[in-house]
Amino acid sequence: GSSQLENANPLIYQRSGDRQVTAQDEDEELHDRIDDREIFDLIRSINDPEHPLSLEELNVVEEIRVKANDEESFVSVEFTPTIPHCSMATLIGLSIKVKLLRSLPERFKVDVHITPGTHASEHAVNKQLADKERVAAALENSHLLEVVNQCLSARS
Amino acid sequence: MKDALTLLTRVTAHPNSRCWFLAWDPSGTLLASCGGDKIIRIWGKEDGSWVCKSVLSEGHQRTVRKVAWSPCGNYLASASFDATTCIWMKKKEDFEVVTTLEGHENEVKSVAWAPSGNLLATCSRDKSVWVWEVDEEEEYECVSVLNSHTQDVKHVAWHPHQELLASASYDDSVKLYREEEDDWVCCATLEGHTSTVWSLAFDQNGEQLATCSDDKTVRIWRQIKTGEEQDGGKRDPSWKCVCTLTGYHTRTVYDVSWSHLTGSLATACGDNAIRIFEEDPGSDPTQPTFSLTAHMPRAHSQDVNCIAWHPKEPSLLASCSDDGEMAFWQYQRPE
Repeated sequence: GSSQLENANPLIYQRSGDRQVTAQDEDEELHDRIDDREIFDLIRSINDPEHPLSLEELNVVEEIRVKANDEESFVSVEFTPTIPHCSMATLIGLSIKVKLLRSLPERFKVDVHITPGTHASEHAVNKQLADKERVAAALENSHLLEVVNQCLSARS
Repeated sequence: MKDALTLLTRVTAHPNSRCWFLAWDPSGTLLASCGGDKIIRIWGKEDGSWVCKSVLSEGHQRTVRKVAWSPCGNYLASASFDATTCIWMKKKEDFEVVTTLEGHENEVKSVAWAPSGNLLATCSRDKSVWVWEVDEEEEYECVSVLNSHTQDVKHVAWHPHQELLASASYDDSVKLYREEEDDWVCCATLEGHTSTVWSLAFDQNGEQLATCSDDKTVRIWRQIKTGEEQDGGKRDPSWKCVCTLTGYHTRTVYDVSWSHLTGSLATACGDNAIRIFEEDPGSDPTQPTFSLTAHMPRAHSQDVNCIAWHPKEPSLLASCSDDGEMAFWQYQRPE
């Protein structure tokens, strides 16, 4: 790959604080439903493929663009590439999707899309991410899997 | 409609993996399954329950996406993400790879035998459809590479009686091909779906074709014979969309199976459901209408990838899912 960064000086956003633990959260009798904040917490620390920053710090993911519905076993995430021609958009979307598929119970349907109007190839990227056969084949590619795992690894 | 579909049994076919596809052998005594575990399993019924008779694990290095039985039932073809197609020969209970077909650049998505057994079609993410000829020495030769699609090709199926091949693609279209002077040519393009076409199935006499898509619809296409066409003189029959089943499926429709015994149309959907449709009695063949006659909302715990009518028992069908299971269903047709 090229060492030239596509977006050399991205805007950096403040990370949100930790989730406020409420009395309800600590009540073990209550069924702990998966909510928007829990999904956001799963994806906000994913590493950007280009910068030593998280997707949250680059504002690629935001809590308001996450929708979780526990009863209907449905999760939808919109992500915003930092620039409209970002060639990493598919990889970022794939990393979000893989993180959620690995973390959530299997009953969940996980849809990952580009925030409407924020990328030149929005339709093509969305279509690829929605195609589970292509996603399955991509994850059998050891090189690509390694790159995804790097995005998902904890930063030291 | 509530009790039209009954679960007979559930079998874990590909544990901790995805079951992608099922294929009944022509006699209906064996069922082949394949999955993300790179394995093909052959199932048979013993004392009323489905048991695994053979495990075919030596052929492929990656996911086995689809399998197809030859019309004689002695061969099984398997299409894999490893870019190859294996031809297995049945030897009593065992299966042995007799040929590995190479040539596609990447994932082979589907494989299908022509009704004669002398032709085989494969398709791939490399956007091409290949037609292979099988000679008397069981040598396979690629006779045509068809590059009509602009994106990866998801499924291929042959007309039940003619040497007419159909393919479904990520480019949202369906193409039909026939032989012309030693080569194969695309003779029709069916446009109408607004997203990936995942699968297709001909009806018993091959006059109608059902296609299913990521656009959550199923379309029925009908062959308009040359004589019926107003401009006349055209050699190839054209295909027209005569019905769109919309509003039933809530996610991608991954598979469609048209019973050649009863005409019932079954679908496998990413919303975990199985649905069955029947053409309304007395509906106009040029504008047929279909009704939903069975709906099993939680047929599986995850996406349903495949649905397959039994070739001999009109009320039996099998399905399989991302949950690794296959399920057998009894369908009661409306009176």
